[in-house]
This record gives sequence, C-alpha cells and structure tokens, in this order.
Amino acid sequence: MSDLKSMTIGALKAALQEGEASAQEVVEQLLTVVEEDAGRVGAFLSLDKDSVREQASVCDEVRGAGNDKKLLGIPISIKDLINVKGDPCTCSSHILEGYVAPYDATVIRKLREAGAILFGRVNMDEFAMGSSTENAALGVTSNPWRLDHVPGGSSGGSAAAVSADHTIASLGSDTGGSIRQPAAFCGCVGLKPTYGRVSRYGLTAFASSLDQIGPITKNVWDAALLLEVISGEDERDATSLREPVPSYTKALEQTTSLEGVTLGLPREYFVEGMDPEVEEAVRNAVEQCRALGAEIVDVSLPHAKYAISVYYIIATAEASANLARFDGIRYGMRVDGADPAALYAKTRASGLGDEVKRRIILGTYVLSSGYYDAYYKKAQRVQQCIRNDFESVFKECDALIAPVTPTPAYRKGEKTDDPLKMYLDDILTTSVNLAGNCALSLPCGFSSDGLPIGLQLIGNHLDEENILSIAHLYEQHTDWHKRKPEFLS
Amino acid sequence: MKQYEATIGLETHVMQQTRTKMFCGCLRVYGADANTHVCPVCVGYPGAMPVLNRKAIELCCKAGMLLGCSINRLSRWDRKNYFYPDMAKNYQITQADDPLCLGGKLEVEVDGVTKVFDIERIHQEENAAKNIHAAGASLVDYNRAGTALMEIVSTPCMHSAEDALAYMTAIKQIMQYGGISACDQEKGEMRSDVNISVRPVGQSELGAKVEIKNMNSFAFIKEAIEYEVDRQISVLEQGGTIDQETRGYDAERGETFVQRSKEDAHDYRYFPEPDLLPLTLTEEEMEAWRSELPELPAQRRARYVEELGLPAYDAAVLTADKATSDWFEAVLPYSSKAKPISNFMMGEMQRLLTEKEITIEACKMMPEALAKLVDLIDQGVISNSAGKQVFEILFDEGGTPESIIEAKGLAQVSDDCALEQWADTAIAENPKPVEEYKAGNPASINFLMGQVMKASRGKANPGAVMQLLKQKLDG
Repeated sequence: MSDLKSMTIGALKAALQEGEASAQEVVEQLLTVVEEDAGRVGAFLSLDKDSVREQASVCDEVRGAGNDKKLLGIPISIKDLINVKGDPCTCSSHILEGYVAPYDATVIRKLREAGAILFGRVNMDEFAMGSSTENAALGVTSNPWRLDHVPGGSSGGSAAAVSADHTIASLGSDTGGSIRQPAAFCGCVGLKPTYGRVSRYGLTAFASSLDQIGPITKNVWDAALLLEVISGEDERDATSLREPVPSYTKALEQTTSLEGVTLGLPREYFVEGMDPEVEEAVRNAVEQCRALGAEIVDVSLPHAKYAISVYYIIATAEASANLARFDGIRYGMRVDGADPAALYAKTRASGLGDEVKRRIILGTYVLSSGYYDAYYKKAQRVQQCIRNDFESVFKECDALIAPVTPTPAYRKGEKTDDPLKMYLDDILTTSVNLAGNCALSLPCGFSSDGLPIGLQLIGNHLDEENILSIAHLYEQHTDWHKRKPEFLS
Repeated sequence: MKQYEATIGLETHVMQQTRTKMFCGCLRVYGADANTHVCPVCVGYPGAMPVLNRKAIELCCKAGMLLGCSINRLSRWDRKNYFYPDMAKNYQITQADDPLCLGGKLEVEVDGVTKVFDIERIHQEENAAKNIHAAGASLVDYNRAGTALMEIVSTPCMHSAEDALAYMTAIKQIMQYGGISACDQEKGEMRSDVNISVRPVGQSELGAKVEIKNMNSFAFIKEAIEYEVDRQISVLEQGGTIDQETRGYDAERGETFVQRSKEDAHDYRYFPEPDLLPLTLTEEEMEAWRSELPELPAQRRARYVEELGLPAYDAAVLTADKATSDWFEAVLPYSSKAKPISNFMMGEMQRLLTEKEITIEACKMMPEALAKLVDLIDQGVISNSAGKQVFEILFDEGGTPESIIEAKGLAQVSDDCALEQWADTAIAENPKPVEEYKAGNPASINFLMGQVMKASRGKANPGAVMQLLKQKLDG
C-alpha cells in the first residue's frame, strides 16, 4: 500500500477520488504512526480511535455512493481549544479536565459538512498562552525536526502533527503568532486569516479582538483549500465579516508569475539579535521573488517596535475577562471552598498554570481603576498607529515579506524561566493581529542544525488570495516544503 | 436646629418583554423548571459568543423615546467584571460610556404639585441568573441569565419617598403602556437601587451617598427611604459622618444595614466588549419605532377630559393601569356615552374585580356588551338597578345584555295596556291618597306610584307610570 499518511490534502484527495486509497486506509496508517510515536512527538492530547474509524467508514460509504466533497475522507486534527460536540476541550489546562463540549464550533460544523474526518485533539500552550507548547498542563510536544527542541506555540501540537505526518492537516489559532510561529518552527505552512474571515464561535477565547482560527498544512494549496472551507460570515459571531469567500485554490492556480507584484520589505522586521541564518534564508527568498518578477521596495512600519507592549496589554486585558468563566461552578474541575469566593480562589489556584495566572494578573492590573488610561487606553491608541502603518504601506505594495521569528526553534527549557524572553518570540507576528490583517508562514530554508526557517507574507485586509498566490508560486520554485524530518526515515 | 434636605436618585432595572434572551435564542420564560432554558451562550460555556437581540434594542429605544431621551445612533458594549455565581461568564455585558439613550425627563404629579424628574440615561444589559439558597446548599437557576434588562438612571433629583414613589409609578405605567415590560415586581421585572444622601439646607454640595440595592416592592422602597433619611440626619445631628456605602433593607425589622463599605467596593474594570460590534441605528428604523409609540397615560388623561368630557378624577382612575384603560378604550367605538361607561368601570367593575380577585383580562364581559347595556338603560329598557344585575352576569358569564334581560325578565314595562290596568287598579283601591292628591298634596301620588311598581314587580317604567297617573288624576 502506498504511503498515504505523508500525503498533502491535494494528493490524498486525488488518491481517494481515483479509488487508489480509502479513508479507512488513511486513518489506519495515521493511527498506527501515532500509536508507534509513543509520545516522542506527542502532538495529540486525545484521539478517539472508534470515532475516527467510524467517520472514515462513513466517508467511504458516501464516496461509494458516488458523492464527493471538498474534504471528503481527509483527516484534520483540531487544536484542543475548539469545541467539538461530545469531545473534551481541555485547552491544555487542568481547569477544563472533565469538560465535554456540548456543541460544535462553526469551523467544526463546516469541516463536517465538507466531509472531513476529525482526527483527534492536538496539544497547545495552556489557553493558547505561550510560544513553545511548554506551558501545557497535560503533555509535552516535541519538534519533529529535533526532538529536544520545542515545536513553537501555542499551536505546537497542530504544527508538530502535520510535520511528523501524524495527520494530514490541522487547525490552529493565532492571537499573536500562534499559527505562524509553530508552522515556521516545524516547517509547515500556517495561515492567520484576516480578523473576522473565519468564525470564532466555538473557539475558546484568549483575546477575542485578536484571535483567529486558521489552517496548518503541508503546502500552500492545502492551506488555501482548508481556508476556503472554514471561512465565511457566521450569524453566531458578530465580528465575522460579510464579504463572500472566494475560491482561494482557483486564485493560486491562476498565478504564474510575480510580474507586477510589489513586495514590501519592512526594515523594522530585521531586528537586532536576529539569527544570521534566518536573515540569510529570508533574504534569499526575497531574491527568489525578485527573480520571479516581483518588485521589492523597502518600507517602514515605524510603530512595529511597540507591538509587543501593546499586544501584552490588550491581549491580557481581554484574557482576564475571558478566563473568568473558569470558576469551578458549571463545568470542569472544582476545588470546594467555604463560600463562592474561596471556591473560586482554590479552583483557579490549582487549576490554572503559572503563565495563565501571570497574564490574568497583568490583564486585571491594566484594566484597574487608576491604571486603565495609562495602559489599556494608551495601548488602544498605539494599536491605531500600528493599523495606520499597515494601511499606508499597503498603498504602495501588494504584500509584505519578512521573517516569522528571529531564530529557528530552540531547545526545550531554554526560555521557560524567562517569560519576557519568551514574549519576544512574538515580536514579528503580533503587529498583524493588532492590525487585523492576514499573514502566512511557509518554509524558506533550514539552519545548519537542520531546523526549518519560515518566511512570512503579510497581506492587506481580506487579501488572502494574494498572499496565498505569491506563496504558492514561491513554493513551486523551491522544495523546502518537500523535506521531511529525519526521524521519519 | 438645622434643617436637612434629602437627595435621592434611582437606578431602575426593567426586564423587557422580548420573546428570547438578550444574546442567545433561549426563550425568556418565568417559572419553568430550573435550567431548562439555557444554552452554551447564557451559561458561559467556553467559545460561546453573544448575538444581539434586535427586539430588545427596539424596546430600549422606545422606552427612551417615551421618556424624552435622545437616542444614540452609535452605542457601544462593555464588559463589567465581577465574580459571582449568578453571572455565568463572571462579567456582564452592558453599556458604560455610550449607552443607547441619554437625557430625558418625566413629568409627575406629587401631592397635587407637578414635578419634573430628570433621567440621565438608559442602557441595555443582560440579567443575572437566580441564586437559590436551600437546605445548606446554594443552587443557581440560569433560566433568567442573559435575559434583556435595561437600566433607567435618574439624576439625583428627588427629595422624598413620595417623589421616588411617584417617579417609579410613572415609569411603571409608561413601560406597561409602551409594551416594553409588564413590570411585574413579584417576578422581579422591575427592581430599583436607591441612592440617598442628606445635606443641611443651603449647602451646595451633596452629602455622602448611600446605595440601597435591589428592591422590588414600592412599599419597602418607601419605608427604606424614610428610614435611611432619618438615620442619616440623626447621624449628622449627633456630629457623626455618613460613610459612602452599600446597604440592604431588612423589611421585617424596618431597618437598613451595611452590606459593603466603600473600601470593599468593586472595581468593575469596564472595557469594550470585543465580541460585539458597536451598535449603529439607522434613521429609518428609529423613525419606524417612533411611529409605533403608543399614547401615554398623561396623553390619554388629557384626551378623556377634553374629548370625552370626563371629569379629571375619572380620567386618572381609568388610566391608572393600562389594562383597565385599554378595556375602556375598547368600549368607546361602540358608544359615545363615556360618563355612564366610566361609572360602571370605576364602580361595578372595580368592585367585582376586587371581590373576585381577578384581573380585567379574565372578566368574561365583552366591551361591546357594556356599550349596549348603557344604551339599554339610557333608553329605559331596564332600570339602573336591573342594569347592575345584568352587569354582574355579563362579568361572570359573558353573553349579550339583551339575552340576559330576556332570560331574567328584567325588561321594564312601558306597554300602555298593562300600565293602564295597574294604574286604574291603584286609583280604585286607594281612594284616600287620591283624595289627598286632588286636595293639593302632590306627594301623595308617590304612594300610588309605589302600588303600581309593586304590582308590576318593579318592571314598570317609573317615568311612564308617573306620566299616566298624572294624566288620570289631573284629567
């Protein structure tokens, strides 16, 4: 039997359509490798084999009856903060242990309608707070390229599973870089859609004004297809955008050259202390785009340097309210107390991890009376400046091209004692969330240690078609995305 | 001795009569089994998001229009953070800086004096769940959680319990007339927080403010205000100071007591609700709502006096509650005899409603039946006292006055033959009163009249009998 587990969505779709493989064969291969992994990569938090096999058999029946759907029989793994009816949804936190979701998130409903197989729940930093999947209360995930390195985060499980061929594709969420950074660390394609492009209904909120669900895949075409399926207006999410969803796959298939495309190179994104190998790989990618016809212009995003500060005020403020519901009263874990206040305190003290507590405290502080104007209000004003920066550069260029992270993946434990150092991981990704734009990460090289390096393409509002097309063309002319981690061979 | 002046402001919470809750599709139901009208949104499950109920917005804006507020074309949502089991998300979605309605006023008569109370704002928010403390356990019923609730905030413009009561009574009337809320206080559909301070007369700045939270009975609010004003004055009299604090009212002891001191006051950490976009209203929808606004009690009272010629007293009684006034309105198309109808409504109707302990909606009489009844009395078909009997039957059983009169044989007899016979008999059998009448004592005719009525068993038309007797005796 052919190797189905390492296929892209595109290749697998073709194999299923041609009758060369069945959904049941795909999931059996995947279940076997996940079982054999025995926690070396450790991407999964839960994987209900019975449910997966049943879904696969239904998919095969549907196809047998002569039907096809966009994702019929394609296994997709779900970050453990998206609600799937009947599944646990731990957010990698003790506080949600025992919680079983009573409803489907909108993206899950759309995946089901498209015929996808929901293939397990993947690890993450607790409540999406972290950049290494080390703040995970329920299990450790490793970078498939070097198992003693972190996979990035917070969607570390989503990226590691895709990179290790433990799934075909996955969904992650990106609040400050949580899709793009792990995709870069694990050598995957990761896309953060424009704010409002994908419904957040059913996504456990970290920072509601910044969160977006997006795909992590093995190539750009897969990301385009998955985005096509999950996007669109949702009456259950008041912040979802009304604009119709284009066919992203069609758009990128039609792009054959970068002639007439202007790419902006933001000077603030080549920060001091950047790993020279990362800089070199990104600059090579820039040259490659130039060779493909793109015009490269230097641009400036003068307020980019404030993005981290603004992000850690806005995001933590919203998180302090969003996470208040985890109180031990209605679901999840409870530690009893003499009165409600004691019950809350004990439950939250033992149920939430240090990083989550740190951010709740920070968020509570910046909203407190007497501090609100100095922190939250001011951060909102600077956020507007960051938006204006993007608005003005998109007047002169079609997309921005930049690194995703200053360094490739680092060793586990390297930054766990220094939260501030960890926060700086997000330095090149948070601006996009603050401005609401779309951006993606795709492989553009490897370090001398054999670790993947990511290239970031940042698009204007609702300009996913454009960055996907550019990325796709670049990908057609490179083969970084074809490499596989060594441990797989 | 110094003279003191009390200053009172009210924050009145009114539950709107929407079909569904404020931010989800659950039905708004009172008295259902606990936690049977809940969903991931109103129980604060992870990932659930609020969706705006447009009907609630309409009702809130209409309330604002009826109270003379200006409606904000652009209003915003905020989160108010506090931990309590009645608030599933541990924050409440409300409106802080940009509420739906701003400014407004309410003209009210207090003890015969017309006063104008200013309204600062009305904002839309969501209701809390209901905590039930029973058998050593605390339970939460989320059926009420997330229902639409608006808060009407007055300025500190009132100075007595009577002011506050008149204000709340008027608010309640307007909410009921506007179809905004039934304001059933027993169901908690109208609750008020009362802010009270006192200061020596002549002092310009207000005294320290005490808030008495969450009261639904008008009687208790009155008692609480009176108690609290006296308490604050006596503290000041004794040289003490008033602490800014939150107090509760213990109705059994008739006292207020400290619930929360200023030091323990919540920091609600308001910030913009990121799950909802700012709310923009169009000129067209506001115009449509404005055109649907009902007539308010004050306008109705004026119309009753000016157009129907009713006394002011009648107009006030009839409009005191909307159901009664609507019933009266329903009679008007069938009759132009407003005063006799008003008499029935204020007299027999009220008596029977009180006696039988039912609401006017439950009475069986059709409005057109009352119109007909009044006509029949006016035409002399039945007497006034028979009319009251018919009214009571209509009230209990419904039907038409004609069929009841027929069935009970209540019609007056104006038929000349029968009357003539009775009159002749009365004259023949009572020569003495006849003599006296003829001798110039007109009162003697009343005895003859009584005889005729007796013979007819009350059914003879008294006017016709009198006319006939006079005719016979004078002729």
